[in-house]
Amino acid sequence: MSVLVDKNTKLVVQGITGSEGAFHTQQMIEYGTNVVAGVTPGKGGQLFMDKIPIHNTMRGAVAKTGANASVIFVPPPFAADAIMEAAEAGVALVVCITEGIPTLDMLKVHEYLKKYPKTTLIGPNCPGVITPGEAKIGIMPGFIHKPGTIGIISRSGTLTYEAVHQLCEAGLGQSTAIGIGGDPIIGTKHLDAVKLLNEDPKTEAIVLIGEIGGSDEEDAAAYIAKHVDKPVVAFIAGQTAPPGKRMGHAGAIIAGGKGTAEEKMKALAAAGIHVVKSPADIGKKMKEVLGK
Amino acid sequence: MKIHEYQAKEILRSFGVPVPESKIAFSVQEAEKAAAEIGLPVVVKAQIHAGGRGKGGGVKFAPTAQDVTRYANDILGMTLITHQTGPEGNLVKKVLIEAASNIDRELYAGIVMDRATSKVTFMVSTEGGMEIEKVAEETPEKIVKVAVDTAVGLQAFQARQMAFALNLTGDAFKNGVKFLMALYKAYIGTDASIFEINPLVVTKEGAVIALDAKANFDDNALYRHKDITALRDLDEEEPLEIEAGRSGLNYIKLDGNIGCMVNGAGLAMGTMDIIKLTGGEPANFLDVGGAASAETVEKGFKIILSDGSVKAVLINIFGGIVRCDRVAKGVIEAIKNIDTKVPIVVRLQGTNAEEGKKLLEESGMNIIAATELRDAAEKVVATLKTIEA
Repeated sequence: MSVLVDKNTKLVVQGITGSEGAFHTQQMIEYGTNVVAGVTPGKGGQLFMDKIPIHNTMRGAVAKTGANASVIFVPPPFAADAIMEAAEAGVALVVCITEGIPTLDMLKVHEYLKKYPKTTLIGPNCPGVITPGEAKIGIMPGFIHKPGTIGIISRSGTLTYEAVHQLCEAGLGQSTAIGIGGDPIIGTKHLDAVKLLNEDPKTEAIVLIGEIGGSDEEDAAAYIAKHVDKPVVAFIAGQTAPPGKRMGHAGAIIAGGKGTAEEKMKALAAAGIHVVKSPADIGKKMKEVLGK
Repeated sequence: MKIHEYQAKEILRSFGVPVPESKIAFSVQEAEKAAAEIGLPVVVKAQIHAGGRGKGGGVKFAPTAQDVTRYANDILGMTLITHQTGPEGNLVKKVLIEAASNIDRELYAGIVMDRATSKVTFMVSTEGGMEIEKVAEETPEKIVKVAVDTAVGLQAFQARQMAFALNLTGDAFKNGVKFLMALYKAYIGTDASIFEINPLVVTKEGAVIALDAKANFDDNALYRHKDITALRDLDEEEPLEIEAGRSGLNYIKLDGNIGCMVNGAGLAMGTMDIIKLTGGEPANFLDVGGAASAETVEKGFKIILSDGSVKAVLINIFGGIVRCDRVAKGVIEAIKNIDTKVPIVVRLQGTNAEEGKKLLEESGMNIIAATELRDAAEKVVATLKTIEA
């Protein structure tokens, strides 16, 4: 078992004919992901790479292929619409890679998705989800991962790769790595991802990577303190970030003195989580905690 | 994106939110003319993006024409230092001349996107004129929050809830409800991220007006608001940050002397953190994007090195889909094109990391290669200590 994605996932790529969508579709197929269809309005009936059927609508793609997941590579002005279309078509998982979606658009999505409780949104502005050795939905380099028992949750892309690399160096593979995204409004927060990995029998321990801004890490910490027995190692990026400045990610900002790394690290440590100060200690700490 | 008070008030006015009569002035003559047109008494207000202008001497009450001349003279061209500008302060290039209000009460109204609930949320308080963070800390019960369902918008009953919580009565109550309804329309209509009206005043005549206005907008939504994009004031921003933005890079200047260039925002923050933990001080945040190319690396270099305090550079690239040998070639090419004596530590990790390292080592250039994060941080800090010694 694993969470969200595995070898039975049947994926539709929304925006398959764009340059990003096309490139990463090939990468996902190479990794072993079962890409069953693409959607580009107006290009229905064509084939992608001579084999993957392109549909005009998500409804059409799902009806024809029985797809249960979608990944979104459409530009920011149209991405919110694409998420809602995917949910309406009934897929269980929607992974939105697009960066730069207006916040008010995401608010609409957030409200809309309440009508589709069976659909889980990952992102936006995220690298995606990978279950090593089975399938990946997103833009992460698949080959740096190894199958195993460590679940990863992160708001950042390359910092997740860093954690994966360190875990592999420490001889620890990963069950599923979930990039939840760097925006202020995201579909799956740390807390939701923690619940998923906690209930997954294959996941033995969790790496939680957070960053400045908001209070999602604190919410996850409160849950972990009460309900999670699996070991959790955490790192918070932005300990040296100045207040009031947006650090690359739309959601990474210390506003009104709130959302500092210090606060988050304190809350996580108080919940019994193994907090590392240095991003270079994630793998080492996990190995130590597991006594391996 | 931030804008000035006078710009925020123009936007509010266009949405029917009451604001005092005012005019912007770039010179003493313009200030005098504006005061004559508006009618005395007026308030002369420095226009800079930072808050705390009143305490810094940037806001003056002018009952007479002589006062207008004197204060406009004092404030225009002054370097205003507030708790938000930092010790270097901001140069004041324009003043707002505003009709003085007959203030009865000072209240607070703000709208933010509450990340915890994912809802547009009003915050109102009877404690106007104070910093809301301070009120939140000391007397949180004095802040009333109302979350809006954006599918239907702010409802009249919610505006009434807030008006009652602000102890408004009679005409002021009616005006307060109207004010809040209009304020919400302005927030949604402009894709704002923060509106702060502090103080929101009730006049002795029962009018409810925005005496001050602070507005921030969602950068991701600016593409659909050309009018707001045009309000950007480059004088209020760090020149290197503007330059980086033009090259599509995300750069923030800090106070240290180790420049860093990283692919990805989270890893960039993590790299700053590890530099500090190793005993160094990061000079900047710089995210060159997930897929670092020779071109972006070169642009990044130029920006980092424009900061005179940079004494060493750490490049940290996690090559994912972009292979490290390609990134190494790009880095070497970029360094060739930039004549610098500053030592450069390059850490490449990911696909073909070893090949990348070899290319760097054999380049014959002033590059120190590393493959692990800790190693890279230690090397750059050690290099700096050698220079300083």
